Amino acid sequence: MRSERSRFELWFLALFALVILVILPGLNAFTSAASALHVSDFTINLYGKYLCYAVLAISVDLLWGYTGLLSLGQCLFFALGGYAFGMYLMLMIGKLGQYHSNLPDFMVFLGYPRLPAHWVPFRHFWFAALAVMWVPGLVAYIFGFLAFRSRIRGVYFSILTQALTYAACLMFFRNDFTFGGNNGLTDFKFVLGYDLRSAATQRVLYLLTGVLLFATYGFCRWLTSSKFGKVQRAIRDSENRVLFSGYSTPNFKLFVFVVCAVIAGLAGALYVPQVGIINPSEMATDKSLEVIVWVAVGGRGTLIGPIIGAIVVNAIKSWATRAFPDLWLFILGGMFILVVLFLPGGIVSLPERLGELARKFRRARAAVPEPVADSAEAKPAPEPDRT
Amino acid sequence: MSHPILNVEDVTKTYDGFKAISNLTFYLFKGELRTVIGPNGAGKSTFFDLLTGRAKPDSGTIVFGQNTDLTSMNEYQINRLGIGRKFQTPSVYTDHTVWENLLLSLKGPRGVFATLFSRTTAAQRGRIDELLETIRLGEKRHWLAGQLAHGEKQWLEIGMLLAQEPEVLLVDEPAAGMTDEETARTGELLISLAGKHTIVVVEHDMTFVKQIARDGTVTVLHQGSVLCEGTFDFVQSHPRVREVYLGRGK
Repeated sequence: MRSERSRFELWFLALFALVILVILPGLNAFTSAASALHVSDFTINLYGKYLCYAVLAISVDLLWGYTGLLSLGQCLFFALGGYAFGMYLMLMIGKLGQYHSNLPDFMVFLGYPRLPAHWVPFRHFWFAALAVMWVPGLVAYIFGFLAFRSRIRGVYFSILTQALTYAACLMFFRNDFTFGGNNGLTDFKFVLGYDLRSAATQRVLYLLTGVLLFATYGFCRWLTSSKFGKVQRAIRDSENRVLFSGYSTPNFKLFVFVVCAVIAGLAGALYVPQVGIINPSEMATDKSLEVIVWVAVGGRGTLIGPIIGAIVVNAIKSWATRAFPDLWLFILGGMFILVVLFLPGGIVSLPERLGELARKFRRARAAVPEPVADSAEAKPAPEPDRT
Repeated sequence: MSHPILNVEDVTKTYDGFKAISNLTFYLFKGELRTVIGPNGAGKSTFFDLLTGRAKPDSGTIVFGQNTDLTSMNEYQINRLGIGRKFQTPSVYTDHTVWENLLLSLKGPRGVFATLFSRTTAAQRGRIDELLETIRLGEKRHWLAGQLAHGEKQWLEIGMLLAQEPEVLLVDEPAAGMTDEETARTGELLISLAGKHTIVVVEHDMTFVKQIARDGTVTVLHQGSVLCEGTFDFVQSHPRVREVYLGRGK
């Protein structure tokens, strides 16, 4: 049963990879805009965004579905990765900004005499590319170290992660925090010398995101099937038993928390050049809650669930926010409630559930003739009594 | 007798002004099967918490072996020394198979990176087979632990404890919720383990206590300290014990 499902999962992924990595970008690059098969630059850009979200959703599921740590602040790490890469992109604008200065526009506007010291190394692509991982990782390490050492568990951990991302959000909103205040970082022009506004650059970013998604999937599959993964799920189901079996559960949780922060940071870093902006609203608490809904809708505790959930929910969001802009939050909440009530395993469990229903239905049909025959015989019996 | 394997001396633990354990002194010798009884609230669970690092004593010393101070160590460090604990309500990994439950409990490296790159060896498989036989779950090795009956879960947890190859086993009410037959078999299992391991069993069920205590020592806890200690018959006929514990049922 398990292996059957996993074979199905691999086939699905192979097909998905073919569509995402070959067909869509191929149709975008090699067909003319007039062709019926053409995939527009807008679509590629939109799907690139979805793929970033899918990576983020996997990181949430690795915490929530596999380790039982409901993190309500995962978007903090996503945004930190985004900011780290955004800083590099800001410095690549050069003199092409509104003020034609070497400083980013918001710094000129706010009267900075020179580039703050912590911005300087972000001129180098390699530094930013590494910061995308170690900044979220370090923040997660410090927070996780303190939280897990103090044995903070369950709902208290969730509330703390939410408070953390909210605090960070308020901090990034401040102009004197040197990250552009509520406007954040935007107006990017170049990455490694390539023009960000060109379709080709966007296509490469899209492809990189696809590669990141499949690499993340592969890594998580390896991780969760190792003995480490078994310990992870054991912690989810009976943390005390693990702790009293000689495993340092705080260390295991810390490791997963940091790994997930790094994954989210990478997703954020690829998100920013495709969306063209990063601001503190990405850290707002409702963003992280939305990710929880994606994971729940897709199917928590599986690795394709979050991918499907992130893409499906965001596709619905793209459509609903245009069709019924006022109703979107109700639709989102409604989806969450429906899934929790009627499909706890998420979309991934749908084939199994339908199979179950079909079996029940068939059994019910097979069972029907007998009672009919019984009642037909039984019915005439009472009549003689009455007469 | 030789040097005790566990020396608990003059230990006191207070929760919000309530003395859960007061001036408790307790010695455990290698290879013995000790039974601890006592009415509800006598401090049996707190006693195990103190031994396994879940709680820290306010005063007193707990020394393992020659000179390892347990009061400064946490749960997993104490477990690695060779003190295993079975919980009162069966705690198994419900989403793992019986086999995986045992695999995770086998003695071996416990670090994050060690588990990342760990492979199951033939020796480990053999050991798991042995354990499955001991706890009579061989036929259900591929079952999810969550699907087992209550009594089977209790055995699985005992098996998980044995997999750790601990010197000392602390077993909290192993017969709770079991049928008479299961209880008797659990008793046999524990008796067969004594000698190889040092075992402390906390129990309520007096028939079960009588079965496993045989001529070993029974410790009676009352209000957080030792009321008396001796063979089952001695303890049963002790007037104070009858008064606080055995007499209550009548």
